[in-house]
Amino acid sequence: MADAASSHAQPSAGQQPKGATGVLVLADGTLVWGKGFGAVGEAVGEVCFNTAMTGYQEVMTDPSYAGQIVTFTFPHIGNVGCNDEDLESKVDGAVGCVVREDVTVPSNFRSREEFTRWLAAKGKIGLAGIDTRALTRRIRLSGAPNAVIAHHPEGRFDLPALLKRAQAWPGLEGMDLARVVSREKQEGWEGGVWTLGQGYARSPRDARPHVVAIDYGAKDNIFRNLVKAGAQVTVVPAQTPLETILALEPAGVFLSNGPGDPAATGAYAVPTIKALLDRDVPVFGICLGHQMLGLAAGATTIKMQQGHRGANHPVKRLADGVVEITSMNHGFAVDNSALPDTLEETHVSLFDGSNCGIAVKGKRAFGVQYHPEASPGPMDSFYLFEKFVGMLQR
Amino acid sequence: MPKRTDISSILVIGAGPIIIGQACEFDYSGTQAIKALKEEGYRVILVNSNPATIMTDPEFADATYVEPITPEVVAKIIEKERPDAVLPTMGGQTALNTALALFNDGTLEKFGVTMIGADADAIDKAEDRQRFREAMDKIGLESARSGVAHTVEEAYKVLERTGLPSIIRPSFTLGGTGGGVAYNKAEFEAIVKSGLEASPTTEVLIEESLLGWKEYEMEVVRDRNDNAIIICSIENVDPMGVHTGDSITVAPALTLTDKEYQIMRSASIAVLREIGVETGGSNVQFAVNPKDGRLIVIEMNPRVSRSSALASKATGFPIARVAAKLAVGYTLDELTNEITGATPASFEPTIDYVVTKIPRFAFEKFKGAQPLLSTAMKSVGEVMAIGRNIKESMQKALRGLETGLDGFNRVLELEGASRDEITAALAKQTPDRLLNVAQAFREGFTVEDVHAITHFDPWFLRHIHEIIAEEANILENGLPLDAEGLRRLKAMGFSDRRLATLAVRSVHVAGGLGETQARRSGLLHDALKGLAGATSEAEVRELREKLGVRPVFKRIDSCAAEFEAVTPYMYSTYEAPSFGEAECEARPSDRTKVVILGGGPNRIGQGIEFDYCCVHACFALEEAGYETIMVNCNPETVSTDYDTSDRLYFEPLTAEDVLEILRVEQSNGTLLGVIVQFGGQTPLKLAQALEDAGIPILGTSPDAIDLAEDRERFAALVEKLGLKQPLNGIARSRDEAVAVASRIGYPVLMRPSYVLGGRAMEIVDSQQQLDDYITTAVQVSGDSPVLIDQYLRDAIECDVDALCDGERVVIAGVMQHIEEAGIHSGDSACTLPPYSLPAEVVREMERQAEALALALGVKGLMNVQFAVKDGVVYLIEVNPRASRTVPFVAKAIGQPIAKIAARVMAGEPLTNFPPIKRDLPYMAVKEAVFPFARFPGVDPVLSPEMKSTGEVMGLDLDFATAFAKAQLGAGVRLPDSGLVFVSVKDTDKPAILPAARKLVALGFTLVATGGTERYLAEAGVPVQRINKVAEGRPHIVDRIVDGDVALIFNTTEGWQSLKDSQSIRMAALGGRVPYFTTAAGSVAAVEAIGSLRGAQLEVRSLQSYYA
Repeated sequence: MADAASSHAQPSAGQQPKGATGVLVLADGTLVWGKGFGAVGEAVGEVCFNTAMTGYQEVMTDPSYAGQIVTFTFPHIGNVGCNDEDLESKVDGAVGCVVREDVTVPSNFRSREEFTRWLAAKGKIGLAGIDTRALTRRIRLSGAPNAVIAHHPEGRFDLPALLKRAQAWPGLEGMDLARVVSREKQEGWEGGVWTLGQGYARSPRDARPHVVAIDYGAKDNIFRNLVKAGAQVTVVPAQTPLETILALEPAGVFLSNGPGDPAATGAYAVPTIKALLDRDVPVFGICLGHQMLGLAAGATTIKMQQGHRGANHPVKRLADGVVEITSMNHGFAVDNSALPDTLEETHVSLFDGSNCGIAVKGKRAFGVQYHPEASPGPMDSFYLFEKFVGMLQR
Repeated sequence: MPKRTDISSILVIGAGPIIIGQACEFDYSGTQAIKALKEEGYRVILVNSNPATIMTDPEFADATYVEPITPEVVAKIIEKERPDAVLPTMGGQTALNTALALFNDGTLEKFGVTMIGADADAIDKAEDRQRFREAMDKIGLESARSGVAHTVEEAYKVLERTGLPSIIRPSFTLGGTGGGVAYNKAEFEAIVKSGLEASPTTEVLIEESLLGWKEYEMEVVRDRNDNAIIICSIENVDPMGVHTGDSITVAPALTLTDKEYQIMRSASIAVLREIGVETGGSNVQFAVNPKDGRLIVIEMNPRVSRSSALASKATGFPIARVAAKLAVGYTLDELTNEITGATPASFEPTIDYVVTKIPRFAFEKFKGAQPLLSTAMKSVGEVMAIGRNIKESMQKALRGLETGLDGFNRVLELEGASRDEITAALAKQTPDRLLNVAQAFREGFTVEDVHAITHFDPWFLRHIHEIIAEEANILENGLPLDAEGLRRLKAMGFSDRRLATLAVRSVHVAGGLGETQARRSGLLHDALKGLAGATSEAEVRELREKLGVRPVFKRIDSCAAEFEAVTPYMYSTYEAPSFGEAECEARPSDRTKVVILGGGPNRIGQGIEFDYCCVHACFALEEAGYETIMVNCNPETVSTDYDTSDRLYFEPLTAEDVLEILRVEQSNGTLLGVIVQFGGQTPLKLAQALEDAGIPILGTSPDAIDLAEDRERFAALVEKLGLKQPLNGIARSRDEAVAVASRIGYPVLMRPSYVLGGRAMEIVDSQQQLDDYITTAVQVSGDSPVLIDQYLRDAIECDVDALCDGERVVIAGVMQHIEEAGIHSGDSACTLPPYSLPAEVVREMERQAEALALALGVKGLMNVQFAVKDGVVYLIEVNPRASRTVPFVAKAIGQPIAKIAARVMAGEPLTNFPPIKRDLPYMAVKEAVFPFARFPGVDPVLSPEMKSTGEVMGLDLDFATAFAKAQLGAGVRLPDSGLVFVSVKDTDKPAILPAARKLVALGFTLVATGGTERYLAEAGVPVQRINKVAEGRPHIVDRIVDGDVALIFNTTEGWQSLKDSQSIRMAALGGRVPYFTTAAGSVAAVEAIGSLRGAQLEVRSLQSYYA
């Protein structure tokens, strides 16, 4: 959100360089010039970053990045092109991305399309030639700025208008994006897990325990992993009423990851989850879903000093001291300095001790802040899906 | 889990001498490990025969044994020191094999020593090809179709399954010695035989060829709680078929989707679990079929390796340090990353730059060796470069190699060559293949063409193609004159010098000739430069400065800026001024600072010894209160370890790169000066450029160094001091050379000026040889004049190392070479103190050294080489800088002379330091170690050209035993019985006679060829005659090949006799028969055999010698 001082700011950082066909206009008036690629046009969002060195296609289709412009810290993006498999959702997710290097012709046997064309087809804007490390350090030091990312092949930009748009954008705080990116309709999930040379398996339709997954902006790989662990999955929209969920006769309910401010989503999610807990329905939450579970059990969430955004974060499992390397993308966390008696902390970040996992005492309900479904990221934590499905079979 | 308290003392086994496949990366890892263990309060015992290592500095371990690393000797150390545990994973294959032998022979059990890091079963499982395969099958990972063979017959059975081409890998050898790729049956049989020979278990693995597949490595760390993390993925630019140590590699992997990468990640961890590497670092290698992603496990190393050193430097994660802590029981979650200070040790590093490693080779040192790469490692060093993109990273690596490249230099031989010639060149795996690829693009090849021939991934090829396209653009249009355009080029990694070469001032002239011609003809380009006026490097720099196009420095933090890191570990890059001004993270301090320039990639003649000196400079100046700043680009070294200096710049050692660092460092605080005298020729070559830029140089002035290297200036000084040099002259043409040589009289020593490691030096006995030398050797070194010296045959050569503060001189050590003058000093064995020189000769050399030091105004270290003939001292050369002998001297006398020198250079007088004790009650013998076994077909003979890769030290109370230890340390096992072959030139016969008598007395049988046989028989020594090779069969080589000969003494006089005896030396090398090619060496060997017969070898720690 623009403050009084910056609303008067003029676009700064000098002249438009020759050949600049893209620009990032930060709400404070800073202009970051580069080369546009992907879709032509403009989009507004919060500028965040991700430090994973692989999996840009998965990141760009992760609904958790809705309303965000992703800065990739690894300089070469697009090396392996895009394919029809490495998709994490059908919804929009990130509105654009910022990279250091021009996207090159891909080289990988799985590639079907160049990253630039794929982006364009998805209506997402790319900006190349940026000191992404400097941008990342700014985000680390002074928070994620709101900005407009714009691409015009001849480099024609109405900078004052773009700045105005960046400043007028209300920002993610208080924004219930889960509702925006969630499915509109209930869906019987059919995809299984991916293997090299085979692609995705189909979910068998048999007498497996039935999981109802609430989609706050879910990554598809979560559902594939639930299938791999032995469940059958029905995905329902974020605001599905309790009665509808119960009518599906779930053996367990899964709470997905998602974008935006947990407080905003919590307004409708928490009462539903409380009711499920009261009925002793097994519950498993990931990321935003984990925060929803925490809120429902009486915990609070806090905005972190420094969010965690990469595929390399160590988490300690308190029960046995085992370290899991995890994929993370969150700026809010369950406050572990004031956990209610109803909750037990199960995982903590080895980086800053922030909460990474909880279990509801006396219930079959637990959640993790990180992404055991990986994609992109390490597969160390797959056991959590088996644990959940195991609870259902009991 | 806390550290183990059931052990209190730990034996660390080092890697021994620097050899191909096992270089200073193991000093780096061992030093880190010892520091980490000491921090935890353990008593650390170290064995390493290599005196040039930092780890063997007496202040690191509690007890340091500079003794041969053989199971017998290490068993003695164990018996004496009674360690609770042995850590075998820090000293390469040498340590692993030694520990395994001690386990197998029961020594470890007998003395109650536990193996930590990796146990015997895990080592065996990883190293034994058959067991490894079975383990991989068990966890569902594919291996290549293969089989194990112990005989040639078995090998042919396996071949039925694998087909040709097939890859042959001997078991339990390092760097794949004796292995290779066979394309036909004859080759197959030859490689199988050499592989069986090389393998200590007479075992080879024969595998289906995966040529053309992509190759990857994963560096994994695991703790005893089964936590495992990946430190780094590495992708080979060359496909399968070239040893990974010889491959051009990049980090991280750049052509894998996340799904493929995660399969490899999970597989790597599964491999560690299955093999049972409980704690520490390991390396797992994979091959990937580029067509379908099929993944095959190649091998794993259950220890830290060359790749883990690279991965540590590439990511900022200290693998060896962490591995040592894990070995004593810590778990990953209990440790922090000391480099970043920001991240826990369990954090998988992520990087926001691209790292390129390019190996450096030394084929030119080995006449007759084919410069072809295969599965047996041949490189002697490597450069690592860091850039924000692959182009910058590769071009920085190319110029950091110091092989005369400024980037993708033209390949003259391929210029204008036919398609077939270029295709043939590309199909060969040569050290220069990257340049050949670039040249092929210049000659019109497409990315697809080159990919089809080389199987390099198109992703890498496209980037090289773009660089070459950009070069063509500059050739045609000149340099852009605006900041954005120039910055764009600099961000692609072009050096100023490369841009200067490409830029022809008159755009008009170049443009008029058309693109094709301009691109095609480099020679034409040179002519154009003459016509139009060349652009110089200085002009490019000026343009850059005028336009404000300067590099910035970014930090290596293992987290891609997600968190703030504390340790200043930096690299340069050209960034877009995205936020007004390009962001620089150097943040130089306001302290008084000294910059130490390192030695760059290891090569023959400039290796670990110079890195040792640089490291000591850092330690000493830090103690003296200065901020120390290291610049180097060699990932194997201790100098590039995070805690060696206060600040580390991982950058190529070129004038451009170093000056930009100095500019930033001078922007805050005070730069006291730069040390250029410790890193060998590499930093010295930069001295002029630094002086021109007004940068203060510490210590001896570059002018004094130049004076010592300039023949004519130096001769004047020698005359002024009244010293004696061998007769000499200088020649700029063949006729001048003939005239000078006949004035001096043959034999003469010929060499080009400004040499390192005696490159292209030769003893010339006749005018015919002189002609040969002029046409072959001088061509190699361009148009520099040839220096011609009187060759003092059979003179004794000596080295004197001294310290001088400009007013006082302290002699640190006098070394007597065992081989006579004429063998390169780096290849000679030597003793400290001298073992057979009269005291007055030693005093005379000391006197001359003092006079020279004062006359040259030396401030720091100086090395002087003398030759002594008939009691007369001749001055050979002076190097007023750190020399290769410094670590040996320091370790022999127990004084840190490099440290003292560094502080003298910073201004302290020598009187600040305790006097150096010169009367040692023991002998130290240095012996050189050679890579001849790596270069089949090369005559393993010593000459003025340096060929050794490393050295060992033997220490004992008398010369004979110290020499015996040095031989053992160098891998030469002197026999205690059997047949000795003696064939020596006439002048050596009197010297060899008593040795021959002694051999007979010791129970050996002698055989000799004609002349020697007659001489010995006449002197009453029982000896049998044997045919020379030219005298018909059976001859001496037949006997050697049959394994009948236990020891060989063979000295030669003149060209012909040297050529005739080549087959003897090669048969000896092949049969691993100890052989000596000098009389002095032979005599010393006999004394050593005598001393071994007399008593058991005793082991003593350095600390006990110094006490």
